[in-house]
This record gives sequence, C-alpha cells and structure tokens, in this order.
Amino acid sequence: METARFLPESSLTGWLAELASSADLLVPRRVGDAVVFAPYDPAVPLELSRDATTPPKACVFPACEELLRYVRTKDADDPSRTGLTVEETLPTGSRVVFGSRPCGTRGFTVYDRVFDAEGLRDPYYAARRAATAFVTLACREAGNACFCHWVGSGPADAQGSDVLLTQVPGGYVAQAVTDKGAALVRSPLMAPVGKHEGEARAAQAKALESLDSAQDVSPAREALLAAFDDMDFWTRMSAKCISCGACTYLCPTCYCFNVTDEAQGNEGSRLRTWDNCMSHQFTLEASGHNPRPTKAHRLKNRVGHKFSYYPGIHGGAIACCGCGRCIKSCPAGVDIREIVLAAMERASARPQEQAS
Amino acid sequence: MTSLNPYLPDMATILETVQETHNIKTFRVRLDNPARMAAFTFQPGQVGQLSVFGVGESTFVINSPPTRMDYLQFSVMRAGEVTAALHGLVAGDKVGVRAPLGNHFPCESMKGKDIVFIGGGIGMAPLRTLLLYMLDNRADYGSITLLYGARSPDDMAFKAELPEWLSRKDMNTVLTIDREAPGWEHKVGLIPNVLRELAPSPEKAVAVTCGPPIMIKFTLQALKELGFGDEQIVTTLEKRMKCGVGLCGRCNIGDKYVCVDGPVFTCAELKTLPNEL
Repeated sequence: METARFLPESSLTGWLAELASSADLLVPRRVGDAVVFAPYDPAVPLELSRDATTPPKACVFPACEELLRYVRTKDADDPSRTGLTVEETLPTGSRVVFGSRPCGTRGFTVYDRVFDAEGLRDPYYAARRAATAFVTLACREAGNACFCHWVGSGPADAQGSDVLLTQVPGGYVAQAVTDKGAALVRSPLMAPVGKHEGEARAAQAKALESLDSAQDVSPAREALLAAFDDMDFWTRMSAKCISCGACTYLCPTCYCFNVTDEAQGNEGSRLRTWDNCMSHQFTLEASGHNPRPTKAHRLKNRVGHKFSYYPGIHGGAIACCGCGRCIKSCPAGVDIREIVLAAMERASARPQEQAS
Repeated sequence: MTSLNPYLPDMATILETVQETHNIKTFRVRLDNPARMAAFTFQPGQVGQLSVFGVGESTFVINSPPTRMDYLQFSVMRAGEVTAALHGLVAGDKVGVRAPLGNHFPCESMKGKDIVFIGGGIGMAPLRTLLLYMLDNRADYGSITLLYGARSPDDMAFKAELPEWLSRKDMNTVLTIDREAPGWEHKVGLIPNVLRELAPSPEKAVAVTCGPPIMIKFTLQALKELGFGDEQIVTTLEKRMKCGVGLCGRCNIGDKYVCVDGPVFTCAELKTLPNEL
C-alpha cells in the first residue's frame, strides 16, 4: 500500500484532535525528565524530539491487566455450600498510538508471532492489538545506543505500524501502511504528497547514514547455543548485572509475565503482570529447586531467547528491536550488543565446537 | 483445549478426596458443564492447571486414565501456596480446571513393548495414568513391571490400589522403601539399586520413569547399565509454569517449552536440549 499524503505542521494539532475524536489517543509527553506515552491533552505539548523513555508496549500489553473476575456466593438454602462464578474480562475500546519510533512499534511484531498465532490466540492481546492503530514517527538520526539495523530494521521501518510519518520541511509525509492507516490519512487535513515524497525519502536515507555499520548477528543463534554450558563465559557476561530487571520492563519485545490472584473478600481477580526473567524467583520451584539458579543462568536465557531460541522458532526473526533502552537504562552498564558479539567471537575462536 | 480463551478455566466440583500420605492428597473432580465433561478427551501424560480462586493456579498431571472418565483425578503434594490451599478443600468445593495441556506419553509406539515403570514418590502420579491406561488396553502391551519406591511406607501414595497391583497376574509389582520399617514386607533399598536387582531386559522394552531429580539421575545410570538406549527411556518433567500455553517464559529449556512441547520427553530428546533441568 503506497498511500502517502502530506500533513502540514500547522495541521498537526487538528489531525491529533481528529484522531482523538474516535479513539483514545496516546502520545509521547514529557513527565519530569522522562518521556512517556500518555493520553493526549491539547494543552500539553508533545515530545517528539527524542524517543520515549518507556516504549509503547503497555498500550497493547499492559503492565497489569485483569484476565478473569470471580465471585463466591453463599447458597441461600444451604449456607455450607458456596457457589462460584467466573467471568473473563476482555478489553474494550480502541486507541491510536501516535509518535512511537519504528523500533518500539516493531516490537509488537515479536508479540504477534506468539500471542496471535495459529493454534493459540491470546484474546486479551489480540483484542487490544486489533483495536490499536500506530502512527509511527521515523527517526531523523541515530542515538548512541541505537542498533535497529543489526536486527533487520531501520530508522524508517514501517513493520507493525499503520501509518509511518516522516518529518520534512513544513510538515510530515504520512504513509499509510495498512487499511487501518489508510483510513487515518484520508483526513481532509492531509494534502497531496507532491515533492514532499522525495524529501521524505532523502530524510530517511540521511537517518540510515547516521547509523554506524551494521553487525550481522544471525550467527548468534548457533553461537549462543554453543556457549550454553560455558558458565565461565556467562559469569563474565553477567558480572555487572544487578538483576534489577530495568532491561526487561523497558524492553519493547520482552513479554514474560506472571499470573496471580488477588482476593477481596468473596470476590477477586486473576491478573496478568509483566514479570522479570532476571529475578531469582522467576523459575524458583516450590521444592526449592531452581533451573536458573544464578544471574548468569538468567542473563543467558534472556539473551538466548532473543537472539537464538526465538529466531529458531520464528524463521530467524530476532526478538530484539534494537532500541537500546536496555543499554541506556541499565544502572550497571550491561550492553546486550557486547554479549551477543562476545558469544559470536567465542564461537568463531572455537570452530571445532558444535552447538549441541 | 477447546476454550477460545486459554486462561479461562472450566469450573469443576470436587467429588471426593483421598488423603494419600501426610503431604499428598488426591482430588477427583468433574467439570460442572456436562457437555464439556462429556467432550473432554486427553492422552496419558497430559497435565492440567488447577485453580483455587483467590490463591492461584498450579500444574498437575491428570492421573486418572482416559479409559475411566467418571472423573478427572489429580494428586497434589503440598509444597507451596496453591497446593496448601488445595489441601484445604473438601468434596463439594469448586476448583478451576484448565486441561488438557502439554504432550503425552507415546502410547501408540509403546504398543507390543514390555513396559517398565519406575516411579519415586509423587512421581508415581503420571505413571499411574499410563499404567491404568495400559491395564485397560492390556492386550496391546507386553509384560508390565512396576517398581514404585517411596521414603517410607507412610510416604507411599495410592495405597488403596497397591494390593490389586501386587496381586494381578498380568503385571509384576515391586515396592521399595529407603529404610527398613516395622511390618514392611517388600523391598528395602534405593530405587536404582532395586532396579539393578530386578534387571529387566531392555529387549523390546520401554522404561517410563518419574520422580525427584536425584532419583532420576541414578535411575538413568542404572537403566544405561542394563542396556536401555536413550530412545527406550521416557520421562516426564516438572517446571514452574504459569500460562501453560507456551507464552509466559518460565518453563523453556532453550527453544522448547515444557508446558507445550513436554512434559513428556524421551532421554534421546532430552539430550538434544540445552542442559537446564
């Protein structure tokens, strides 16, 4: 679908009002020194000059959501009997997420393959995903922790988006990527794209040039498996890690979750919450046994899942969008790029060692 | 799983409970929706999630066989919060059931083979499903040997069934406990050692084993000494699980999810997985 139109800068506010009229509109806003996705308020300026501190993940996959609600009722005829009703609490409503960067939006394609797959459809995720449109803003230049181009993406990647916006002199080129997006750019505020299409292409090319040369991380798939039993390697890689989980909570592609019950008297909820695979409790069994007993085991699983196991299951697709949040936000300076490269280097230094 | 929402349990009622040991309790449940119960099908080895609403869910094997569908049976060892809450339930109480989940024992390819069951402690639960299934389809299988061990006579579950298993002419049942106990008339000794003594022939045989990790480790050694190949040894794993449908990220061993790709694996299959049990 190549439906590109031009949105003059002066019409941006009008278009946002249009988007907000039919759905909940979430936009990046400055809160303190963070940039977060929050409900659109015409009185509060957008923050589009840098990528959001937290990715748009929660817009479709909330940090905490109710899956079920239950109520216990006493049987009027026989008070020793308790009845129980359980109902699912599927999400309702629709939303538009405006101003996410390509990496953060593309993260949802990692979820789509597991949460909305043939044979298994997570109805909570699927409902929100179907009812959410992404108007993504192409990046103008690379940040110092950006590595989207290592993982098969780039500063103008439209995967997962419905509309891709590229900033050009005087406004934005809005390219519809899906039918949902085509409906959004059909706005009367949009003008024919004309010469701006070429300007958008030039801006995208310039952004691509601002990235350093890409590393081919596809060999990591085998290299990480080959390093599986080398706990000295993983102990070195994880030495700085403090298991805080900042990387997992801020990651647009991390989707490990917990399911817990919360009771209030005779009723309660079953909740799904983001979980942190870097925590000791994550895999701790009731017997006391823990298959991932140290942070070295846990970091190995996190990196392994993204660059080896997930690609193995999903046709080579890497479960990392290269946004660099885990690098920028790690209080201890762990850099996932260094770990992946170190595993590849380790493997090439030992060509005789095959992944088991 | 026929439900469109994989997290939505079927409501079920506990028909009966059996206090098997001081820390193992058996629950016999039926799904409240008669049509769902009538349509419920599964294979030996498949598991289910039992819910105590307000406390949580945990995974247990369905230890009644698909050939006996009066109820679904689960045997629960008290270990954590959910199991403690389950132990507090009695007949008439409600539980949630999400089942069947996971893969199953290779019942078809085991046809015509001699079967050697080796169960330790609560590890007897999944073996019970397959044992009863085979006894109900007795002609399909060769000889059946059951070696079941527990720490002490008091720790032995399924006591009500042991006399029948011991007396049946179409199976050979051997019970063992770790240390001598008054009144005990069966074997005394660790499972792997009793297994060596029994020395079942690996010819046209399949060994099915489940139990605590330390028992499994030495049982596999003993089976190897007896000449059992990796393809002839089947086991069923346990991991901490939440979703049960391959999403939540706890139970994976590399790219395999125990809740979906398991819990049943042959030793040969386990050897292809990264070492993270």
